[in-house]
Amino acid sequence: MSALLEIRGIHKRFGGLHALNDVSLSINAGEIYGLIGPNGAGKTTLFNVLTGLYQPDEGAFTFNGKDLFRKKPYVVVESGIARTFQNIRLFANMTALENVMVGQHVRTRTGVIGAVLRHPKARAEEAGIKVRAQELLDYVGIGRRHDELARNLSYGDQRRLEIARALATKPTLLALDEPAAGMNPSETEGLKKLMEKVRADGVTILLIEHDVKLMMGLCDRIAVLDYGKKIAEGVPEAVKNDPRVIEAYLGVAPQ
Amino acid sequence: MVDIFIQQLLNGLIVGSIYALIALGYTMVYGIMQLINFAHGEIVMIGAMVTITCINVLLDAGVQLPGPLLLLAGLAMAIPVSMLLGFTIERVAYRPLRRAPRLAPLITAIGVSIVLQQAAMLIWGRNYRPFPSILPTEVHDFFGAAITDLQIAIIILAFVLMGGLFFLIEKTRLGRAMRATSQNPDVAGLMGVNINTVISMTFVIGSALGAVAGVMVAANYDQAHAYMGFMIGLKAFTAAVLGGIGNLWGAVIGGILLGIIESLGAGYLGDLTGGFLGSHYKDIFAFVVLIAVLIFRPSGLMGERVAERA
Repeated sequence: MSALLEIRGIHKRFGGLHALNDVSLSINAGEIYGLIGPNGAGKTTLFNVLTGLYQPDEGAFTFNGKDLFRKKPYVVVESGIARTFQNIRLFANMTALENVMVGQHVRTRTGVIGAVLRHPKARAEEAGIKVRAQELLDYVGIGRRHDELARNLSYGDQRRLEIARALATKPTLLALDEPAAGMNPSETEGLKKLMEKVRADGVTILLIEHDVKLMMGLCDRIAVLDYGKKIAEGVPEAVKNDPRVIEAYLGVAPQ
Repeated sequence: MVDIFIQQLLNGLIVGSIYALIALGYTMVYGIMQLINFAHGEIVMIGAMVTITCINVLLDAGVQLPGPLLLLAGLAMAIPVSMLLGFTIERVAYRPLRRAPRLAPLITAIGVSIVLQQAAMLIWGRNYRPFPSILPTEVHDFFGAAITDLQIAIIILAFVLMGGLFFLIEKTRLGRAMRATSQNPDVAGLMGVNINTVISMTFVIGSALGAVAGVMVAANYDQAHAYMGFMIGLKAFTAAVLGGIGNLWGAVIGGILLGIIESLGAGYLGDLTGGFLGSHYKDIFAFVVLIAVLIFRPSGLMGERVAERA
């Protein structure tokens, strides 16, 4: 199997805090790759440097053979990485449909002139954007709420809308930051089915999550971060029984 | 008494729709980058100046065209000049300060405004520039009030432009990108929106509207002046604050409301104060409104309470 995303030796420092310390991961096409670790371990920071929100200090990202180190967010999206946020960040005052339409921005072209002149091609593209947005809302299961402002959606639906918006960028890698946070068990179950569906449709998933049961049942491989360092990586069973992981979460067992 | 009421209402609507066009420029920029672009008033002034110069050049060259066409030719010159100016100001003065504390770009904006005023004075001199008498002065009767062709055209054009802007913002890809950027620039960037392009476009569109408004002011009052941008800019800014800065509908409603308040106020001020204050004190109304809004409803008529971002 070839690596879709190759993360090598990433460092990120915030003043004296070494948030990411020589982190290397390799994610294969088609897998669901989990990232766990105690709070403050650097999981979200890794997402942020990967997607161009923060500048990493050292290291390398190679995605699909392309260098993505220190690239602008829209370049990262264009090359096929989409993400969601731990604290939901929708466009609160836009409708669900419009949120997904913005997601397609990177894959569409009509500029100002086209929009003003309304030539047939521009109209066709605009209509296509709308149809595709509705399909994506249907896909994640909130198709009937398309006219609702994002801020008026229920919490679980907002999470789903974030996934729909991320999928609208046509990613090959979908990075989900705690998508199940705050969900009840039945919502989590629905989310798990959705992620399996997304993977079956050919999208690789990188997943941060605290729900261990969900992670064990869903991920092909898991990496564990602690204090900015990768302390374990492997299939879920092996990671679960790794003494370093147990130590990171529970402290050292008394002798 | 009734006659002057309708007349003042009409005058208020005319000047108010001009304020609204300018206020949209303030509010768009504020909505996207929380910057009050104090140089916007100067863009309005330069739009007016360029149009006057252009018309005079054509007249001197002996071009025989009907007045409205000459005016359109002047506009066709002024709009691109203002757009280019708006684009350049953002590139040179504001973009390097994008991540700076908010006070820095604000002071820069005031600086840019002064630079443009002085530059305009070097180019066009310090005297009032008369607007060439090329437009019909015939007056129509509107329920006892007087209105010229130009004033009718101002109202119609202002509303057409506002309609066009709303269409652009609500229904097009660029408009969606602008709204997304104003709500969350980082996330919009992650959706593939090029924030720099969106901000540039915001300045360019706002400046185009400003240029048109500048020509309207100059044509309606038959003159322009290097300092005119200051007062008109301040009033349009007041209109934007009155409507709720950052809100497009607010800018339109605030502009028209301010125009009407000012006009009615000026019309009756003499009567109300027993002749102590005359209509030339009309400017106080804009600022009384500004102070009242800031005290009683700082978020403006249409503005939301600022507590959205987590």
